[in-house]
Amino acid sequence: MTAEPVMTSDDIRRAVHRIAHEIVERHHGTAGLVLVGIHTRGVPFARAIGAAIADFEGTTVPVGELDIGLYRDDLGRRSSPRLERTSIPVDITDQTAVLVDDVLFTGRTIRAALDALSDLGRAGQIELAVLVDRGHRQLPIRPDYVGKNLPTSIEQRVSVRIDEVDGHTGVWVGEGKGQ
Amino acid sequence: MRHLLTIEGVTRPELEDLLDLSDEFLNVLDRDIPKVPTLLGATVATMFFEPSTRTRLSFERAARALSADVLSFSPGTSSVTKGESLKDTALTLKAMGADLMVVRHPATGAAHRVSRWADLPVVNGGDGAHQHPTQALLDAFTLRRHFGKLDGLRVGIVGDIRHSRVARSDLQAFSTLGATVTLVAPPTLLPLDTTGWPCDTATELDGVIGDLDVVYLLRIQSERGGVSGFTSLPEYVRRFGLDDRRFRLLRDDAVIMHPGPMNRGVEIAPHIADHPRTLILDQVRNGVAARMAVLFRLMTPEARR
Repeated sequence: MTAEPVMTSDDIRRAVHRIAHEIVERHHGTAGLVLVGIHTRGVPFARAIGAAIADFEGTTVPVGELDIGLYRDDLGRRSSPRLERTSIPVDITDQTAVLVDDVLFTGRTIRAALDALSDLGRAGQIELAVLVDRGHRQLPIRPDYVGKNLPTSIEQRVSVRIDEVDGHTGVWVGEGKGQ
Repeated sequence: MRHLLTIEGVTRPELEDLLDLSDEFLNVLDRDIPKVPTLLGATVATMFFEPSTRTRLSFERAARALSADVLSFSPGTSSVTKGESLKDTALTLKAMGADLMVVRHPATGAAHRVSRWADLPVVNGGDGAHQHPTQALLDAFTLRRHFGKLDGLRVGIVGDIRHSRVARSDLQAFSTLGATVTLVAPPTLLPLDTTGWPCDTATELDGVIGDLDVVYLLRIQSERGGVSGFTSLPEYVRRFGLDDRRFRLLRDDAVIMHPGPMNRGVEIAPHIADHPRTLILDQVRNGVAARMAVLFRLMTPEARR
């Protein structure tokens, strides 16, 4: 793992604020918006985007959390997962749901998240916000909001750490296969 | 965890993991579409050599809510009447594509035997008077949902303890999770030897009922010899039945549980079975979620490689 982060906690804060502005700008406000963080590290990012919007826009956007453990296509290929809470405070039917995750890689997590979200209601529109897009998609999925495009080789590992989960914040690129 | 054959030896973290999963699956069951694709393509076989309503239906409901297919076997409609053995039945169901088996059988150790014969995960759905681990799980889950935790709860298990696999399994799960258990029954229906069991015993309900947070009632198991444990049914009802007088002795926040099937008018007065302070239907509903948790844990790791 590189000693220097490719994104510092300040970089992440600025990216979160820009994404928050882009979301509100694209939708001309916050009416009908729901932020849905994907466990584990998408959840604190979704909350951070929600807090930023509340800060500059003065409106509260509902923030939910989604566990995709029941929707994976690789169960049996990895160790049995823990399930985190799935909870969205509003009915997403006909709302604009913005899925939030830390790293976009193969797209398989997002595929599972789309299935999970569809079982909770029929959103009018679903968008995707990610902190880092590292490429190497295996499915036809693209993000609507990106904190940083990070060209990587498939062997490299992208590690996102965030204070609420890990006790420190930053993005690092290291050797060794993985997210 | 490869099989779930007994609650004995299951650790507190393992139990809590299954209860946490059960919470999530209960949320799934509350959705408009109470189904997730998790076990799509997998097959759960239920092999019940004893009559059962809720346990079999509950397992099958749990399997289908996880999108698994179900192979359902019962001896009344099968080749067992032609003499097919437990082993051959298990191997046949496996050859038909079962990925996990739920076994209920009147003989102690039947599920354990199946787990040795067939190379797949096995869940004990009740074996003789020995164990019924998913009942213990759903009961612990029901108590945790109602009280928040089991630590410090005082639970009285009342009735035919000697012939009850539910009593043995629940006692172990409850005490592992921090509850204090008292077994309440006439001496003839208590186990012959409870040395080393993590519980007290009492031979009168009236003396302990006012201290209990949970009254867990069992039915008299006539098919396992339960009726020979006392002189008459009216005597049992008089000494151990939950009637209006005993109900008034309960603490205000105490709850009543029963694994079913109930004998209204024997261990519980007919109208008390429908009282809001009974958790009997919660147990049934929670049982589906708890069994989803077990199927999920046993079928998602190495098992399906």
